[in-house]
Amino acid sequence: MSAPSDTAPLVPERRRGLAALLPASVRALYAGNARMFVVRGFLSAKTNNWIVVLSGFFEPVFFLIAMGIGLGTYIGDVELANGQTVPYAAFIAPALLAVSAMNGAVYDSTWNVFFKMHFGKLYDAVLSTSMGPLDVALGEISYALLRGLVYATGFLTVMQLMGLNQSWTAILSLPAVLLVAFGFASVGMAITSYMKTFQQMDWINFVMLPMFLFSATFFPLDVYPEAIQRLIQALPLWHAVELVRGLTLGQFGPQLLVHVGYFVAMIAVGITFTTRRLRALFLD
Amino acid sequence: MSAPSLSTSPTTAAPVAAPHRRAALYVAEHQFRSMLNYKWTVVMVGVGTPLFYLLGIGLGLATLLDADLASGPGGPVPYVVFVAPALLASATVSVATEEFTYTVMSGFKWRRVFWGINATPVEPGSIVSGLVIAVAARMAFGSLLYLALMLAFGAVGDLWTVWLLPLVGVLGGLAFGLPLLAYASTLKDDNGQFAAVQRFVFTPLFLFSGTFYPLETLPSALHWIGWISPLWHASELGRVLSYGAVKPAWVTAVHVLVLLAFAIGGWLIARRTFTRRLR
Amino acid sequence: MVHAQSLTKKYGDFTAVDGIDFEVAPGESFGLLGPNGAGKSTTMRMVGAVSSRTGGDLSVLGLDPDTHGPQIRAQLGVVPQEDNLDAELKVRDNLIVYGRYFGLSRAVCAARADELLDFAQLTEKAQAKVDDLSGGMKRRLTIARALINTPRVLMLDEPTTGLDPQARHVLWDRLFRLKEQGTTLVVTTHYMDEAEQLCDRLVVVDHGRIMAEGSPAALIREHSSREVVELRFGSTRNAAVAAELEGVGDRIEVLPDRILIYTPSGEDALEHVSRAGLHPTTSLVRRASLEDVFLRLTGRSLIE
Repeated sequence: MSAPSDTAPLVPERRRGLAALLPASVRALYAGNARMFVVRGFLSAKTNNWIVVLSGFFEPVFFLIAMGIGLGTYIGDVELANGQTVPYAAFIAPALLAVSAMNGAVYDSTWNVFFKMHFGKLYDAVLSTSMGPLDVALGEISYALLRGLVYATGFLTVMQLMGLNQSWTAILSLPAVLLVAFGFASVGMAITSYMKTFQQMDWINFVMLPMFLFSATFFPLDVYPEAIQRLIQALPLWHAVELVRGLTLGQFGPQLLVHVGYFVAMIAVGITFTTRRLRALFLD
Repeated sequence: MSAPSLSTSPTTAAPVAAPHRRAALYVAEHQFRSMLNYKWTVVMVGVGTPLFYLLGIGLGLATLLDADLASGPGGPVPYVVFVAPALLASATVSVATEEFTYTVMSGFKWRRVFWGINATPVEPGSIVSGLVIAVAARMAFGSLLYLALMLAFGAVGDLWTVWLLPLVGVLGGLAFGLPLLAYASTLKDDNGQFAAVQRFVFTPLFLFSGTFYPLETLPSALHWIGWISPLWHASELGRVLSYGAVKPAWVTAVHVLVLLAFAIGGWLIARRTFTRRLR
Repeated sequence: MVHAQSLTKKYGDFTAVDGIDFEVAPGESFGLLGPNGAGKSTTMRMVGAVSSRTGGDLSVLGLDPDTHGPQIRAQLGVVPQEDNLDAELKVRDNLIVYGRYFGLSRAVCAARADELLDFAQLTEKAQAKVDDLSGGMKRRLTIARALINTPRVLMLDEPTTGLDPQARHVLWDRLFRLKEQGTTLVVTTHYMDEAEQLCDRLVVVDHGRIMAEGSPAALIREHSSREVVELRFGSTRNAAVAAELEGVGDRIEVLPDRILIYTPSGEDALEHVSRAGLHPTTSLVRRASLEDVFLRLTGRSLIE
């Protein structure tokens, strides 16, 4: 055997396969070891903030009970664009599922990452190992997604028990939620890499509030004038809500592909900017 | 460079300085200076929150409602009129969940500012008072903005008493916030307790204490959530002032008393925990 | 200025300060020297009127801290062990905000702040953020802040812990100037060089008790020989060699990493060692220091 320095792979062989396929510009940032970070996330959740982790499940359930059932007594059925009528709870439940996917993904990719970057100094320690910044970024996102998937499964079960899923396609909302969360997380991560102060982070919440209230979450889009409808349709949460709603209510059609395409594009843009920015921050 | 002569240390006995009665104001002044760092957040949240909620909930959601939820002395009132006072109260409560948690943890632990103040003639009780003054001022500012937007949306009934609404907002915010301050000041570290308060206390209260529909809509087994919720008492009080929600005078008095009890009780406990921790 | 008699502080079963007596005269620079956990900071908190005593008598500036806390604190300047500057405010604003707590008008605070920034050599950093200052600058700013109310006593808790050697010297220079101007200083430290630099008089404390008291020179004279020989034979051999050195010098102290010989003449002792056929890997003759005093009094090293 020759000198170890020649043969020892920087990255364990079995994971190297995927990383090797990436362009050189990305390989410098990515050692194919994002899963280490997922492990760390679970460990820290176990020891520290399990109650916060747990709360991510309860929040949409609280909303569903308070709004869907409580306020639903004054609303009755909602008529959809295709003429179908559904109970109010069945109308907002998929929207809440989409919103919670957005909230979780945005929180984990912005506040959480920002805090660790600037206060926890965690990344300085991690980056001095063989892991690249993209491992860290993808690891954080993957951890957020896994958590989100667990919440979504729980919430979908609650919906099923309450009889709010009107089609077998509801099960497809699980991969849909993952896609949505990945989209928000990758863009969130890109934005965070440009942020410098906590005050700037406040703007993120400021953008999320109107999206939450206006994206056909609590009432159909047709209450707005045409121009405002178009504006809302340009925002990601509307696509997320419509995608998940289409699946749980069984409105399976080509329009769902548009929503899927929107998030695929969002992921591509988010990852591109994150990678570019991390290169500038850590390598140049 | 020659050392500038500093007038330090007169060795003769100096007259004994009295403790400053305005100490709390100095603490508040310090807090205001810190708030200037995030003044745009304060303004943005102050304007944006009422704007979005009044539009989304007050007008948008209202289009789906089949029945009237509430009425004043002159008959049923539009949904936006019903919901606005509760939204105003939840806005001040939401300020409390931020200012009486992370600010306190920062003062004791992250930036340790309270320990610096502690070495001056200022007593721990005055630090609490100063914080309360500064946060109450921020709540008053937010409430006034809310009121202005409510007026712009025509979301008020009685133009004579609605002016007291900011006062109710501040009282509600403090009734929720001061017990929270007392709790926050006992914590040595934040392991997600504040996020838990946000999601397991604030959110359920926001959703289940008569904010979006009368408390009576819920099954009677859940009414206690409203009774123990400062948010419900503040919302109900606000509704009396905003559109003259019809209810017996003693009920209104109970709302005021409960809010005062929460605020004063929290304040006293916070004073005690601050003193115990700093002394 | 400060008068303590049988001063005691207990936290439950734990006795942090165990009946100490000391006095600080006007214009004096007084030190508390001891290892971490000796009760220095607790003593400082009691003198600073932010912690009540469990027993004994204490008067600060002629007043009882238990009853006249605010009046006493109004005339003290406190530099805490851990910086608690407000990082959200700029450097100059930190001084102004702090001055307000003493009831000073904004105009007085502003004038005084500029004067103190000059003294602390921070005038150019007046508008900088606190987070952008180096450790030494933060420390100087904390000292400037403690002087905003023209205190009669300046109390410094571990003033240079964590600073690099150059920053320490800059800081000592500033404190020395205050001393020259007649400021009464009360300093805690676990660095003997700092105690020697800054203190006219000091007490050595350990486990909440005073072990010795006097000027640095007097303490060394009283509790140590004039010179010390440090010998290293390697950690495995030190103990065995020490037995062979029996009788050399006044006293021998065996530490894990080295052997100390206390003697009036280091050269003589060293000659003795080589005549005995012992060849240390390194040897050093130095003047005795407060470290030796502490070792003598407690059998332990100051910095472990």
